[in-house]
Amino acid sequence: MSTIQDLPLEDVLAEKPAVVNDFQIMIATVNGSGSQTANTVLLRAMFRMGIPVSGKNIFPSNIQGLPTWYTIRLSKNGYTARLEDYHVLVAMNQQTAADDIANLAPGGACYYPEEWNLKHERDDIVYYPMPVKALTDASDVPANLSSYIANMVYVGVLATMLNIELSYIEGALDYHFNGKAKPVQMNMKVVQAAYDWAQDHLAKRDPYAVEPMNATEGRLLMDGNSAAALGAVFGGVTFAAWYPITPSTSLIDALREDLAKYRIDPETGKATFAVIQAEDEIGAIGMVVGAGWAGARAMTATSGPGISLMTEFAGLAYYAEVPAVIWDVQRMGPSTGLPTRTSQGDVLTCYLLGHGDTRHVVLLPGTINEIFEYGWRAFDLAERLQTLVFVLSDLDLGMNLWMSDPFEYPDAPMDRGKVLTAEDIERAGRFARYEDVDGDGIGYRTLPGIDHPLGAYFARGTGHNARAVYSERPDDWVENMARLRRKWETARTLVPKPVVDQVSGAEIGLIAFGSTDPCVVEARDQLSARGVMTSYLRLRALPLEDTTRRFIESHERVYVVENNTDGQMASILHMEYPDLAPRIHSIAYSDGLPLSPRWLTAAVLEQEGR
Amino acid sequence: MAANARVNEIGLSRNDYKGGVSTLCQGCGHNSIANQIIAVAYEMSLDPHQVIKLSGIGCSSKSPAYFLNRSHGFNGLHGRMPALATGATTVNRSLIAIGVSGDGDTGSIGLGQFKHMVRRNVPIVYIVENNGVYGLTKGQFSATADYGQELKYAGVNELPPIDICLEALAADASFVARSFAGDSKQVRELLKAAIAHRGTAVLDIISPCVTFNNHEDSTKSYAYGKAKEEPLHDITFIPFYEPIEIEDQEPGQVRAVKLYDGSHLMLKALDPTKHDPTDRMAAFRLLEEAREQQLFITGLIYVDENRATLPEISRLVDTPLVHLPPEKLRPPREVLDEINRRLTCCN
Repeated sequence: MSTIQDLPLEDVLAEKPAVVNDFQIMIATVNGSGSQTANTVLLRAMFRMGIPVSGKNIFPSNIQGLPTWYTIRLSKNGYTARLEDYHVLVAMNQQTAADDIANLAPGGACYYPEEWNLKHERDDIVYYPMPVKALTDASDVPANLSSYIANMVYVGVLATMLNIELSYIEGALDYHFNGKAKPVQMNMKVVQAAYDWAQDHLAKRDPYAVEPMNATEGRLLMDGNSAAALGAVFGGVTFAAWYPITPSTSLIDALREDLAKYRIDPETGKATFAVIQAEDEIGAIGMVVGAGWAGARAMTATSGPGISLMTEFAGLAYYAEVPAVIWDVQRMGPSTGLPTRTSQGDVLTCYLLGHGDTRHVVLLPGTINEIFEYGWRAFDLAERLQTLVFVLSDLDLGMNLWMSDPFEYPDAPMDRGKVLTAEDIERAGRFARYEDVDGDGIGYRTLPGIDHPLGAYFARGTGHNARAVYSERPDDWVENMARLRRKWETARTLVPKPVVDQVSGAEIGLIAFGSTDPCVVEARDQLSARGVMTSYLRLRALPLEDTTRRFIESHERVYVVENNTDGQMASILHMEYPDLAPRIHSIAYSDGLPLSPRWLTAAVLEQEGR
Repeated sequence: MAANARVNEIGLSRNDYKGGVSTLCQGCGHNSIANQIIAVAYEMSLDPHQVIKLSGIGCSSKSPAYFLNRSHGFNGLHGRMPALATGATTVNRSLIAIGVSGDGDTGSIGLGQFKHMVRRNVPIVYIVENNGVYGLTKGQFSATADYGQELKYAGVNELPPIDICLEALAADASFVARSFAGDSKQVRELLKAAIAHRGTAVLDIISPCVTFNNHEDSTKSYAYGKAKEEPLHDITFIPFYEPIEIEDQEPGQVRAVKLYDGSHLMLKALDPTKHDPTDRMAAFRLLEEAREQQLFITGLIYVDENRATLPEISRLVDTPLVHLPPEKLRPPREVLDEINRRLTCCN
């Protein structure tokens, strides 16, 4: 085995106190090597120890062979934003090792396969070689699994070096493999061997360690896409059509799994749902609009390029007033952009998707719990408002694991909106699809198959009057658009309100939405430590409603924080509140990674001139 | 409804199947097709409330407004009607879908959606009112225009035509037929067979454009159609609720195609050695040969009643999905409690 300096742990710790449950681990691997199991097992083991954790997978648009990084952040304070620094490096990819090591924080620990015969070029970090090949070869796993199992070597070594009891690793493996004994045992054998080896051969010389806490009891770890799928199931989704696209694919994968579990009719064994893989995103949204028109709770999930393709149908659904739900799990654009990196770049596009005067309801979940909630609530809103509802998630929220409180059962029965029955029409003696009977801009609709001679109407994207008859009359056009405007005002009153933390005496306010929440939460604490008090408003939907106006009015300066380049939400605020525009400033940045609190703190201080 | 008007088996008069007044050109073949749809729906006693009319964009796609006023309609996007139909018929499998498209809609912008709908065997009568020309934009060639054809506006067409029936067949269509708008009787009979068919029934109807494409040398003109139409069979559609007529035919000359609803399509081949509509390769050959000769063959070109439809493949419950009660859609609270229990730390 390799030579290591045998400094006693106490000597190191005497100089630098132990850093417990407050650091970041970076695991650098090659994609397609099966490291995902090892990484999530480590993450979940520490979560089971009661330590607040968050994990992020930074992966290439590729099947096999390109660099992939996984970060695990432990935070006794419960922070879950991305840290720019990492303190423990597991270097498993020789291609990127030089950079990976160069960026390790001073005082950090670097674990690497001893076969590399790595030169120890930095004297401010601790190197720990691991006999990956020897331990893998010694295990009796089939040859085709050996590269997967090799990742368990670093799990075992880290368990020793960070002080993770193996029972937590075993529990996490058991969860991962759904209680299947064989793979758990096979993996545990390698973990145990590596654990024992490290006990015997490595002396702890870095300060990073974990200790059990009690901060995760009753919480769960889930990715946003799985939560969205589950929410849709509890929203009574009956139809989904989609076309595969990263990072939304796993949403539909989860939906199909959940529907097969929870929505097979027990009496007949048949499906109470249909999921169709379309030929492209135009087909997907077309099917969804057809299903929504026919009365189904219909949805699709896609990402930026798919949204572009759905544009024409979005306009049709807006103007013909067809309910449906579109999940946009955002990735980097323009164009193909960075397909496996996160951004909030589709805000303006979704808000105004379509030619002519079109605008859409957009929900902006910021937590796993909200994603679940909007999973079902989006259908209620779509059917109540008879329009498309976009739900904007992103790769960071959608594909990474986040801690969450348990999901809450919908607090009200499904709202199917204004749908007339044959009896209703018989009683009224008339039916006009787009008549504003209630003054809220929302007409009454009928569904195909209604058994009444007056029940039918002709849905169309062409100009129409209140009876849904083709019309080129200027007054019909103007009246219809005015009614759609009233409907938009109704939407303001129905969408989720922002979450506000108003701090008395705070001169500046921060406005953010979606996945940037953890970054803002942490940056606010950093700012407050520097004497800069901030209020915080987290938007949860468009159209805006008065809470946001009042929040802006009550602060001298408001910074709109977002993960895109152009400051799209800031533009919407400028557009909606032109009188308040001078107070509204943009802090926007996008490089493919989730925003970091250090960057945000610096950006606010810079704009504040401090 | 007039008290003494003639009514069909469900008590509706022919008027109850009418639509709005057509705004298409006088003499347009599309109007004739709309009239045949009205006649057939009346004769077959279709419940108009169970019918949906779907279309894309173009002259053809306007025509659903001109028949079956009591049916829901959706005039969608150019070339995208197949997707609307797929969604609507999947979530309500009791609906009878009649789609009307054109050659631009199906042969150009919507060729992809068309083929994928056919491939999925979506339950729909899919009519292509085919005139080889863009009418609404004043006379450009469509993808089905004849090779070498001349038009005043567009010049000479130097590209080979796309054959809707061949495309359908290549996409594994379960019903492919071609007719001619001027042959009302055949259009009606094929419409009846198409409505009785349970998957996608593609009905390519040559429907000459009286304004932009009615030159005698066009295969999509009335003159050409009347002269060159080569009917494959005499067709008698016998619905299951009527006694089967025995025709005076020579044994061996009659080919019966059993339809899913129990009815039979009786085909009398003009030349019994000429075409077997259950033989896919023969259908390909027939269409290719006709294409080479710039002939158009009318009649039932191919039918396969055994191919599963999309709702069947999707193993849906018999009740239309849109009629399922809330308790079948939202799992009970206990299910979520159990999910939470399984997910939360640290069970």
